[in-house]
Amino acid sequence: MNPALGFTALAVVLVATVAVGVYGLRLSRATSDFYVASREVSPLWNASAIGGEYLSAASFLGVAGLLMAYGVDMLAYPVGYTAGYLVLLLLVAAPLRRSGAYTLPDFAEERLGSTAVRKVASVFVAVIAWLYLVPQLQGAGLTLETVTGAPRWAGAVVVAAAVTGVSAAGGMRSVTLVQGFHFWLKLTAIAVPAVFLVLAWRSAGTPSLTAPDVPRFPRTTAVDIDQRVTFDVTAPVTITVSGGLDGTSYGMEHAPGGGQRLVRVRLVAGAHTAAAGSTLTFPEGVPVPHKAGTEPATGARWASPLSGAGGRGHPLYAVYSVLLATFLGTMGLPHVLVRFYTNPDGRAARRTTLLVLILLSGFYLLPPVYGALGRIFAPQLLLTGQTDTAVLVLPQITQGGEAGRLLGALATAGAFAAFVSTASGLTVSVAGVVSQDLLRGSTRGFRWASLAAAVPPLVMTVATPGLPVADAIGLAFAVAASSFCPLLVLGIWWRGLTDLGALLGLVAGGGLAAVAVVLTSVRGTGGGWSAALLEQPAAWTVPIAFAVMVTGSLLTRGRISAAAVDRVMLRMHLPEEVGAQPEPGRPGVPVHRV
Amino acid sequence: MGSVITVVSVALVVAGAAAALFWLVRGRRGFGTPADRAAYATLHSASLAAPPLRDGLDPESARRAARHLRELLGTPALAVIGDGELLAWEGPGRRHAAQAVAHAKDATDAGRPWVVPAEEIHCGDDRCPVRSAVVVPLMVDGLVVGALSVYARQVSAGLVRAAGEVAHWMISQLELAELDRSRTRMIEAELRALRAQISPHFVYNSLTAIASFVRTDPDQARELLLEFAELTRYSLRRHGQFSTLAEELRSVDRYLRLERARFGARLRVDLLIAPEVLPVAVPFLCLQPIVENAVRHGLGPKQTPGRITIRAEDTGAECRISVEDDGVGMDPEDVRMRLAGEDDGDSLGLGNVDERLRAVFGDEYGLVVETAPGAGTKVNVRVPKYRNGVRAS
Repeated sequence: MNPALGFTALAVVLVATVAVGVYGLRLSRATSDFYVASREVSPLWNASAIGGEYLSAASFLGVAGLLMAYGVDMLAYPVGYTAGYLVLLLLVAAPLRRSGAYTLPDFAEERLGSTAVRKVASVFVAVIAWLYLVPQLQGAGLTLETVTGAPRWAGAVVVAAAVTGVSAAGGMRSVTLVQGFHFWLKLTAIAVPAVFLVLAWRSAGTPSLTAPDVPRFPRTTAVDIDQRVTFDVTAPVTITVSGGLDGTSYGMEHAPGGGQRLVRVRLVAGAHTAAAGSTLTFPEGVPVPHKAGTEPATGARWASPLSGAGGRGHPLYAVYSVLLATFLGTMGLPHVLVRFYTNPDGRAARRTTLLVLILLSGFYLLPPVYGALGRIFAPQLLLTGQTDTAVLVLPQITQGGEAGRLLGALATAGAFAAFVSTASGLTVSVAGVVSQDLLRGSTRGFRWASLAAAVPPLVMTVATPGLPVADAIGLAFAVAASSFCPLLVLGIWWRGLTDLGALLGLVAGGGLAAVAVVLTSVRGTGGGWSAALLEQPAAWTVPIAFAVMVTGSLLTRGRISAAAVDRVMLRMHLPEEVGAQPEPGRPGVPVHRV
Repeated sequence: MGSVITVVSVALVVAGAAAALFWLVRGRRGFGTPADRAAYATLHSASLAAPPLRDGLDPESARRAARHLRELLGTPALAVIGDGELLAWEGPGRRHAAQAVAHAKDATDAGRPWVVPAEEIHCGDDRCPVRSAVVVPLMVDGLVVGALSVYARQVSAGLVRAAGEVAHWMISQLELAELDRSRTRMIEAELRALRAQISPHFVYNSLTAIASFVRTDPDQARELLLEFAELTRYSLRRHGQFSTLAEELRSVDRYLRLERARFGARLRVDLLIAPEVLPVAVPFLCLQPIVENAVRHGLGPKQTPGRITIRAEDTGAECRISVEDDGVGMDPEDVRMRLAGEDDGDSLGLGNVDERLRAVFGDEYGLVVETAPGAGTKVNVRVPKYRNGVRAS
């Protein structure tokens, strides 16, 4: 892509973000219209804000990438990301809003009255936020690399520095407005190019997505290799090469008949390695060699569920584990809960969640379009393994000329919005929790905490570049589902939860999931049951967490104070309209709504 | 590269586990002489029994404390009695629990420790360790609030002494609980005083301003009267120490409408409110005195039009509120005296707000006033978004 256009897109997003942040607060500067009520956030705008913060690089880039490489099983991710809000709506939204807790540690302290559980919860908030930040920074690196050709780590460093700076300087002032704006920006950035993509597909004669054939190059295609890659050739093919291939450096050669031309190389079947910076040109119609570790799948296999297309083992287990992690993990994400507090009451919290479901359902229809059509229009991404960039490169491949470049710039703007909004939301929430619980809540503490929030994920990003973006997000969901989901669900719906039971459950479930995450990122993805269990730990860690929490609570039943549980339960489950809570010894005071 | 990451990650995990293990066992390690260990065990039991007792004497706190008290005394059973009823029985021999109040009667009547002889207690079962007792009355401020009954096979002089000391320690905890309660009562009393302190000037000025509209603009007069009614209802409401920031701002809004009816175009008000902080719980009537101060002392004496800016921002774990006016300003020394409560003259409750904020959230959350004569005034309030026990009602 034209770097200037990419930078312009980035600049526009940042300027618009700052403008909305500043102007948003000024918007409420009025002398005649003075009502505080008019400042309360409407459920639609609040839902947009939740969507804006939630739709991260994993949603914007990663879903399309995974779907393109591994087939329709990967639809479990967008389905789970959305349905997580359904679980949140049914089990958690309204009681949590009424509980008065701002963060997950607040909830732990409010419900269980224990500072020990609060501390452990704070640690898990930090861990989950770090895991969630890694793919945001990866996405930033990938986008900047695709747009400008800068090295992969540069984008991660730039975004981490920007987000930390903004957060340490006092955060974005009008967060709800900014995040709401980002949602609509992202929706536009992915929807408009998608329309053109579908038009291009139709004008190409609607090539079948489910053909019984592996992906082939639709025309003579020059593939630029940004990062050293090993790929498997299934049938011998003759290509032209410039740059390093299999340890040999190729340049120009004399063409018969005068002039220069690129060297032609015949690739035998088997593994080949292309060096960074080389360009391989494949002729039209040959099957696309796939990156080592993935295997070519026919369109039919790609489109059939649980077929293990793309070479992932144990598809049934993996799909259910992903669904469990995303269904139950959404409620445990640190930046989701904070948004709910902007609702004036529990009922508005439910209404907001319903709108979030609708908005997210609409959004998640679009990335699969890129994933599916990417196999037809940009199959070379399967060779380079950079399927995560499908959303960024497809508009330009399908639309030539100025229109394609503008659409590409729009998609880039959406991607920047995706990781800037999620990363800033996460950094602010984790910095708040860390500064409050570990640094005793001073302003200076908050600045240090912003640094503490951004540096570990930056190190992790630079150290583990290989994990697909949406997979890395899945791990954060798995840890959240195995730690905070049991705490929230049991805490809200079961009187019997004790502080010790909660502590044990958090440490057992969250700890096991975290260990699985560390092992996966160390040894990478692989085959076999042990790898499947570690890559998608939620299916076993969530039941363990629930079991430990329930058993631990039953064994320490003596620690429950019935009066305290009554008080918290009443507060969480009694709708606000029923009445203001009477003070002890005083009759209830009816609420008058003016 | 891969192996380096492996080594680093494994090292991190091991270090984390070791740190967690150290943290867990740190308190339990056996060290020192047996006498040291006994002392530590005693102090540990005492520290565990203290928090429930700090809540005062009731069945819940007695039950939770009794377990640790029994460990502290090393006796088979003990009972905590409060105001003529059994609050908790700890240990075997529950069948004696019914008579525990009767056993304690002599001691509570006499107001001094009392040994209950075996004839009055022994049930005939030789395995039952509850045979005799020493009862120590718990006296707070000269009043008997309950009794501690320690049961044993044989009451020794040592046990009487130990029971006396433990009861003494319990009494000091109960006195601290009483202190907490009186502090809460003091805050409530101050709040009541503040509610009654709606300034007479304000009532008079508002009513005359409304009166001036009755003929010229009856609709406006009606609106203002309703505002006035709502404002008084909110300010004089009887329940709750806390309110939400939204409610407080609504009340300030009403107050300013009434003031603007009087000041007219001379008073401009800007509100910059982040919607995220509207539901935060804040001490009841913590903003109005500040705004009132800005209007009366900042803008009142000023002849040219004045402007009040109220900001509320979300800063992570806290909410920051500021009230700024471009009025005549104050002498910093004057402000210091007012906040210290030394100026009892025309105080409009700045000191009261400061005191309540400190009492609820701690000393670091007091008011911060930036002012100088002629330079306007800015009052800053910080409120943590969540604090256990702080809840709007």
